[in-house]
Order: sequence, then structure tokens, then C-alpha cells
Amino acid sequence: MTSLMVDVRGLMKRFGYRWVLRGLDWTVESGQVVVLLGPNGAGKTTLLRILATLTRFQGGRVHVAGARLPQEATQARQRIGYLGHATFLYPDLSAEQNLRFFARLYQVPDAETRIHALLEQVGLLARRRDPVRTFSRGMQQRLALARVLLIDPPLLLFDEPFTGLDQEGAATLTDILHELAQQGRTLILTSHDFPRVLPLATRFDLLHRGRITASLPNHGLTIQTLQDWYDTHVTTPVPEERV
Amino acid sequence: MNTGTSFWKAAWAVFLKDLIAEWRSREILTAQWTFALLVIFIFDFALEFDPRAQQRVAVGVLWTLFAFAGTLGLNRSLSMERENQCLEGLLLAPVDRGALYLGKALANLVFLFITAAIVIPVYSALYNVSLLHPGFLLVIFLGFVGYIAVGTLIATMTVQARTRDILLPLLLFPLILPIIVAAVRASEGFLLGNPWSEIRTWVNLLVVYNILFGTASFLAFDFVVEG
Repeated sequence: MTSLMVDVRGLMKRFGYRWVLRGLDWTVESGQVVVLLGPNGAGKTTLLRILATLTRFQGGRVHVAGARLPQEATQARQRIGYLGHATFLYPDLSAEQNLRFFARLYQVPDAETRIHALLEQVGLLARRRDPVRTFSRGMQQRLALARVLLIDPPLLLFDEPFTGLDQEGAATLTDILHELAQQGRTLILTSHDFPRVLPLATRFDLLHRGRITASLPNHGLTIQTLQDWYDTHVTTPVPEERV
Repeated sequence: MNTGTSFWKAAWAVFLKDLIAEWRSREILTAQWTFALLVIFIFDFALEFDPRAQQRVAVGVLWTLFAFAGTLGLNRSLSMERENQCLEGLLLAPVDRGALYLGKALANLVFLFITAAIVIPVYSALYNVSLLHPGFLLVIFLGFVGYIAVGTLIATMTVQARTRDILLPLLLFPLILPIIVAAVRASEGFLLGNPWSEIRTWVNLLVVYNILFGTASFLAFDFVVEG
């Protein structure tokens, strides 16, 4: 029997007078790798931020990693790793000091060994004592990935994780994502890098006009099939509803 | 079930992180020292020919420079959390928001104490005033605690604003006016050797202010960061 890692019912979110999420229903089972697609401004980042407990919502019911939001946000935060557009890294601290700080904050056991292993995994061991300010965007993104993995969460949320990464960095990230998927972690990604996410995803969901309007299981999809499916559904008019 | 990192461990982690970041960048202390020493020298030159005026305004000048130097430190301390949206990184952690506030406030307090430790001897020498009075040091402690308790909260509120450099003193100074008035009066009282009965009211005001505004700031922090 599979359990639900994300269970969202009737989620409503607005910025000012503009509704971004309009009664969104969505579920993600444990161990799935779901890629969230949608045009710019569809609300993908907003949805991930709500799941990460960073953004409040106006209506609906949200359960993440077994915790109800916002009432049980602290419990949820222990089980969620979130890599967004910002790295959340302190530029004046070294790579090692940044990870050590987050390890203290999350009370990571055997932190030093874990930090060493993660820095090696993301290819930053040689630069571990350098201030993050001296890192390129791609190196910061790799360190941010190490920050996320530090707490070993069962649910990982990645918002456009390949942004700013060079070929080597993107390949490292892809390997890590594969490894996490094989370990049975639940991964939710937003990305339009179809070649990279296609081998990884168990399902593609389309967020359009504030709702999940289509879903496509990955049973041997090709990039072209995925692209065609995306184009068809994004150009298909969704009836506007008053909220 | 464990519901998150313990309060004190989280506060300690934030406190330590701020100290390490400052050790590496020296942005806060450099700004505070430069500003404070410049103010002292400017006032010293301005009042050079009137030693009695120097004595009279000494304590007022000192608290004014602490107030302004403090805002520089608070601004920089919270700007650090703004870069790379680090504040959100803190909010993602399974910790009590109060622990984050306490860690930041303690670090800001330490920075202001270090600044005072540099400024007070220089000030004493230039203005020919002995400031090494236990009562005066108590006032410094109480005044700084109240100032930083409120200042950390207001700086957190204004850190996202583009006009934060202006907004912080505009919002903070009306709130800390009771501290400045009480601290100046109590400091004068101790340094002039006035009886305790004359000073007690001002010291009591500082203590009550710290309890009320410290508690309110601690409780309001969660609301402020959740937006």
C-alpha cells in the first residue's frame, strides 16, 4: 500500500487581487518523482513554496509528509528539503561553515562526517574553506544542493534545479537525483529541461491557470511525445472560473 | 515525536553563525566603530573651547552615538539575512522562531557591547570624563538590552524594504525614546554622584521597558517573519 506524501485539496492562493491557485487538487505518493510543468507565472514556484511552508495560502487543505499545514509546519519542516531560486547560503561563510550552521540548526547527527561526504559528492571538497562569495553561480547551486541533502529528508522539492549549472554540475545533479529516486525518496521538480528529467520522472503534471489540468505517467515516453503533450495542453483553453 | 531542534541549540547556532560571519567580514563592527569615533571627534572639535559644555552634553552625546551606531549594526546584521534570501533558509528550519530572534538579538548585543568597549575609553580620554562607574555600566547594559530587543524586531520588519536605511531609524527611534531618556538621566545621575533615590526611577523605567518591550518583540517576531 502506498502512502501520500503530498495531499492537497482545494488549494487557493492569491497575490493581491490575482488568484494564482484556484482550488488546486493534487496528490503525490511516497517514492514518486513528479515533474511539475507549466508556463511562466502558472504558479509552480508558489505551489512548491506552500509545500515547503514558506508561503501562506488563503484556502484549502494541505498535508505534506504527514503533517497538516500550517498547524504542523514545524513537523513538516523536518521532513522537507527545498531548493528554490535562492541558495539560502551566507556569502561571508565558507562552504563548510554554511553546512555546519545548517547541521546545528537541524541537529544533524555525526555532522562533520556527513558534511565531508556531501562536499565530496557535489565536488566542492577542495574549496570547502573558501567563502561562498567567491563561488560561481553553479558552485553555489551545488552547495545549496548539499545543504538540502544534509538533513536527509524523505521529501525533496526542487524549483528549476538545473538553472545556472554547467554541464558537469548538471550531470552531477542528475546523478544525485537518480540516486535519491532509487533510495525511494519522493521528488517534486519544476523543470523544462526535458532531456534531463525524462529518465527520472514517474509522472508529469501540468499546472495551468491555477489547477492541475493534465497528468501524464512516464511509461517509456520520448522527448517528442512529452513536448507534444505539453504543447497540446498548454494551448488548450481552460475555462475561466470566477473564484 | 521530536518536533524540532531545541530552542537553545537553535538560538546558539544563529548566534554563533552571526559571530563567525562578522569575524570574516568585519562589516558591522567597522561601520559602528568608524561612525562612533567620527561623532566623538566632531563633537570634541565643536566643543573644544568650552570644557563645561563638554561635561554637560557628554552623556547625551554618548547615547546619541550609541543609538545611531546601533542602527548601522542592526541594518547590516539583517542585510546579511537578506542576501541570497537567507532569512527564508532560517524559516525552513524546524525551530521555534523565537530562537532565531534570540540568536540574532544576542549577536547584535555583543556587537554593540564591543563597540562600547572601544568607544568609552576614547570618549573618557577626549572629554575628560571618568565613565568607569559600576552604575553607569549597569545603565549601559540595561539600555543596550532594550535597544537591541526592539531594534532586532524593527530591523527584521524593514529589511525587505528598499528604503530600509531610512525606515529603520524612523520606526525605531520613537519606540526607543523612553530608553534614551531614561539612560541619559540615569547615566548622568551615576556619574554626578547623585543619590540612588533620584536615579532609581530611571533605572526602574529601563527594567520595566526591557521586560515589556523585550517580551513583546520576542512574541511578535513570529508574526513579523511569517508576513
